[in-house]
Amino acid sequence: MYVEMKHINKNFEDYEAAKDINFGIEKGKLVALLGPSGSGKTTILRMIAGLETQDSGDLVIEGKVVNDIPAGKRGIGFVFQNYALFRYMTVQQNIAFGLEVLKRPKQEIAARVEELIRLVGLEGMEKRYPDQLSGGQRQRVAFARALAPNPQLLLLDEPFAAIDAKVRKELRAWLKQMIAKVGITSIFVTHDQDEAVEVADEIIIINEGRIEQMGTPIEIYKRPRTSFVSQFIGTSVVLDHFGGFGGFEGLKEGCQVIIRPEFVECFKSDNQKFKSLMPFSEEGEITGIAFRGSYLELTLLVNGVYLTANRSLERRPVAVGEHMRVLLYRVYLLEEGDAHLYKNKLLAGVDVEGL
Amino acid sequence: MDTKQQNARRRGFIPGLLLTSGILFFFIMLVFPLGEVIYRSLKDGFAVYASAVTAKNTLSALKVTLIAMVSAVLVNTFFGLCASWLLTKFEFRGKQVLSALIDIPFSISPVIAGLAYIMTFGRMGWAAPFIDWLNELLGTDISFVFSVPGVVLATVFVTFPFVSRELIPVMQAQGSSEEEAAVMMGAKGFTVFRRVTFPHIRWALLYGVILCAARAFGEFGAVYAVSKARGKTFTLPLEIDALYMAGSAESITHAFAVSSLLVLLSIVILIVKQIVEYRGKREA
Repeated sequence: MYVEMKHINKNFEDYEAAKDINFGIEKGKLVALLGPSGSGKTTILRMIAGLETQDSGDLVIEGKVVNDIPAGKRGIGFVFQNYALFRYMTVQQNIAFGLEVLKRPKQEIAARVEELIRLVGLEGMEKRYPDQLSGGQRQRVAFARALAPNPQLLLLDEPFAAIDAKVRKELRAWLKQMIAKVGITSIFVTHDQDEAVEVADEIIIINEGRIEQMGTPIEIYKRPRTSFVSQFIGTSVVLDHFGGFGGFEGLKEGCQVIIRPEFVECFKSDNQKFKSLMPFSEEGEITGIAFRGSYLELTLLVNGVYLTANRSLERRPVAVGEHMRVLLYRVYLLEEGDAHLYKNKLLAGVDVEGL
Repeated sequence: MDTKQQNARRRGFIPGLLLTSGILFFFIMLVFPLGEVIYRSLKDGFAVYASAVTAKNTLSALKVTLIAMVSAVLVNTFFGLCASWLLTKFEFRGKQVLSALIDIPFSISPVIAGLAYIMTFGRMGWAAPFIDWLNELLGTDISFVFSVPGVVLATVFVTFPFVSRELIPVMQAQGSSEEEAAVMMGAKGFTVFRRVTFPHIRWALLYGVILCAARAFGEFGAVYAVSKARGKTFTLPLEIDALYMAGSAESITHAFAVSSLLVLLSIVILIVKQIVEYRGKREA
């Protein structure tokens, strides 16, 4: 493990920002710390950087305990939320700052700054001040500035929060590509699950100062281990009293489950493709239709509960009040904070994926 | 009359009233009295004015005033920077208390400040033995009360909050992420201040220094308490008071002549302040 947190605790007065945090990150990985605001993810990042000090526990970087090493000596590059560029310095001076502090020879600094400006594609902007740059350009400067002294670890605090939605997508791809190109181990903090899923190799989900789950985006999406993760990742409907669905008789009556739209199939009663599944389906009524750009989001009343299903625009049109056949493939069963996948028993012998 | 015209008339009346009263107030309270000072100082001819301004006591008072002003500016710039840096970039216990303490000179009457210094550093004060010991050790004969160092102390006291009060809002608005960024790159305290913090606060600092200077040379009460020797430890305001209190027609004219020096200093400071404000705004 390249970066390791071992039994890290941190309190701010009466607020517990980190409770027994343990994780390890391999060299070269791009990892997201994902959680709602106030979950403690930024505090964890700042502790790795040395901008906050943990109350107890060890922080290990490259096999060395760095608890007592000051922020500036840890060899870490940090991209701040809102970038914190030096307002009274040009792009060039911003990037050169870290190297000047290290008292590198002037020629070396000039060469490195030029190299970085080329890397992030800001040629011709060297003499500009931060307030003469767009949000995306500022991020590039912040990135170049953090990389200038050749850090072994790059930390990014909500790197896309200050950028408008349109450019954000573009920059995500750019940043991921840049980090891959430089090959630096990186950890970034975000509250946006799309961002984490799209950019990160691995995601650590934080909630209330604790790690809920760590894994690849696919793992976390397909096998959420806790009820928090199953609700936080993807869109989902939580049912507090689940019951009456065919194929789920094995579940205790009135248990709590989470159902994602992709767990729900709905079709008209004269549908040919799903003819074989017709006997396993339930009767449902459409109570709401929302247009989501590339698909329709249907709200269905089935067995007294409301479910959400997505419907391709390519399929036959539907209307509110229309009766549909509804099939539930699987649910996440919630038990004491843990989430377990539970499949529809009626479909045991059916090749659902082949449909 | 249609409503538009009515509106126009009403709009004309209220601002007109405000403007007139504002101008009247400005003239009655400021321009006339200050004009009176200049007029009275020159009433008996320029020769009298020149002799008043170059009198031994006046020059001594001018010297003491400038010494007090420069010292107050230097001391309070240094401590003002330290205090605002501490209050805005760090979290610690008792921060609120410290912040409130800085404002004490705003709320305490300057005379009380002067008297407090007498009680502390005077012959009967509890710090007197220490001052004696120090004087003996260094072979000097410095006393803090009824002497120039006392005047300086009193001036420092009353001007204490000016620099920090100008700096704190600016430093607060700036936050500390730029400093953190510099620290992450290994920059040390002084480098962080010089290269990151200072460019942000330079205009506010200069503005605070100007206010501090303006307050310093106008101070009367605190200085009055600790300064009793005319021609030695008097500042310009004290000298003016002494001239005026002497009561003869000639000394009153002299009082106005010396006053005009203060007015002149104020105008210079006002102009500098305007320039600083303008440049500061343009840069922001």
